[in-house]
Amino acid sequence: MKKISNKQVWKNIGIILISYIAVTLLLNSGLLNRQYTSLLVPIAINVMLAVSLNLVTGFLGELSLGHAGFMSIGAYTGALISLNLGKTGILPEPVAFAAAVLCGGIVAAVFGFLIGVPVLRLRGDYLAITTLAFGEIIKSVINSMKITNGAKGLNKIPLYSNYKNYTVVFILMVITVLAISNLMRSRDGRAITAIRDNDIAAESIGIKISHYKVKAFAISAFFAGVAGVLYAHNVGILKPGTFDYNKSIEILVIVVLGGMGSIPGSVIAAVILTILPELLRGADNMRMLLYAIVLIAMMIFNNSRIKEGLMMNRTVKKLTGKGE
Amino acid sequence: MALLEVKNLGISFGGLKAVDGFHITIEEGQLYGLIGPNGAGKTTVFNLLTGVYRPTLGTITLDGKNLVGKGPSEICKSGVARTFQNIRLFGKMTVLDNVKTALHNQVTYSGISCFFHGPSYKKKEAEMTEKALDILKVFELDQYQDTLASNLPYGQQRKLEIARALATNPKLLLLDEPAAGMNPNETAELMETIRLIREKYHITILLIEHDMKLVAGICEYLTVLNFGTELASGTPAEVLNDPKVITAYLGE
Ligand SMILES: Nc1ncnc2c1ncn2[C@@H]1O[C@H](COP(=O)(O)OP(=O)(O)OP(=O)(O)O)[C@@H](O)[C@H]1O
Ligand SMILES: [Mg+2]
Repeated sequence: MKKISNKQVWKNIGIILISYIAVTLLLNSGLLNRQYTSLLVPIAINVMLAVSLNLVTGFLGELSLGHAGFMSIGAYTGALISLNLGKTGILPEPVAFAAAVLCGGIVAAVFGFLIGVPVLRLRGDYLAITTLAFGEIIKSVINSMKITNGAKGLNKIPLYSNYKNYTVVFILMVITVLAISNLMRSRDGRAITAIRDNDIAAESIGIKISHYKVKAFAISAFFAGVAGVLYAHNVGILKPGTFDYNKSIEILVIVVLGGMGSIPGSVIAAVILTILPELLRGADNMRMLLYAIVLIAMMIFNNSRIKEGLMMNRTVKKLTGKGE
Repeated sequence: MALLEVKNLGISFGGLKAVDGFHITIEEGQLYGLIGPNGAGKTTVFNLLTGVYRPTLGTITLDGKNLVGKGPSEICKSGVARTFQNIRLFGKMTVLDNVKTALHNQVTYSGISCFFHGPSYKKKEAEMTEKALDILKVFELDQYQDTLASNLPYGQQRKLEIARALATNPKLLLLDEPAAGMNPNETAELMETIRLIREKYHITILLIEHDMKLVAGICEYLTVLNFGTELASGTPAEVLNDPKVITAYLGE
């Protein structure tokens, strides 16, 4: 048992190091033009959003359509902290950014907790609609508040997390992925998965369903909030309209394509689906059509024998760590 | 004092009195059978005992402590575990994880350790795995530990449900038709296992079965339920020879 888990750890460290080195080389070699370097941070952000949404949708089994809402709460909280504490010089920049990341996550988590409470009473479609409404409410509230500067939004947010600071972004992404995949291989994670598979049975073996549902929502919101903070400090401007349900659906599409309850799947799908629109930019008005075709192709692949066959393949098994 | 005491238990669904004036007293260590025809209310009794339904009437005490009004997870913590007539496994989890999940309140560590797999996580997880494997071995399921529960053959799924219930370390184990869908050989083997776990884990068992003869062979005491009320109770010999039982149940 112990040997296997150590092997797993080394494999993870290997993957992390290799991807970091690859990104560094790509950036410094000049192989990437401006169009692609600007994608690095959005990729990491989408990975974080997808993995955190997977916790609620894939592992807990509740369809959430309000993930962009949590992202926006994090984004605005973080941006306000950097604008008021970092830019004004009250706090040194790294401290201000650390505070922005933490507070953005925590405030989003509090909202995740609050939305988690009605979730206890609702199921399936009803819950999905509630989360959708939640996202829209957040958007309207941000739109009408003074501190968030209403529809005009916030601008000149310091660019603490743009591609020049990709190391910080990379670390936060790795932390998110590791935290959630570790969680899923723990006592709490099993409780969450058990609730998805059969809530009545989960209760019957002593699992408090309400506790774990709220917890899953709060943790998921926390990481979505952190992703929002990175977004704010990458783009430099925030507008309430950015975080509408289209964004939530976009994240959901990544999760579904990557596979419900598959963390590596979420990561891979996030990378592909973030790069894809850029690759298709040349196609101009065929772009959305091609995007849709790729989505369908990926969906078919996901449900196909080819994928099953690949999964059975020895080398693939070894690579994905399912061989042990 | 009896382990389980149920008095005047009742519940209605709409106009239907599914269980009415039900009472049962189970002593520690007993293997008790609850039998009755289809729709008699047996499963409903289990749902009342485990807090899935709240009774409209009556009292339930375990070791002298009231259970009425507690939720299913609390009742499990008080020491009552169950299986389901229509199997309810965690289908997308492995056999081993199904049992480890049931150790939820037996082996615990902090929420923080769930994120950072430090020494306490490793130690407790190893302990969980060991305990789970011990239980799986009793049911000869350890060979399937990495199989997804939903991919197990039907008979093994039934056994895994019992294993999972046992992992919660119950005082009282409720089995709802554990042999349903099994062939006579499997059934005989299962009954042997049930007897064995009672000895090994010092638990009390209340068992629902359709097949009266099967139950008579293993249970020390029986209650017959019909239309939600008790028709007869006593030792298998007494019950099987009760004319009321013969007409209502065997005579059908
Ligand atoms: N949630 C419910 N809502 C309405 N009626 C119910 C409910 N649960 C059970 N009943 C009814 O209560 C009666 C007893 O059902 P129960 O499932 O307890 O019977 P049973 O003795 O377990 O039967 P079987 O041998 O078929 O499993 C049935 O008439 C059933 O339709
Ligand atoms: Mg029944």
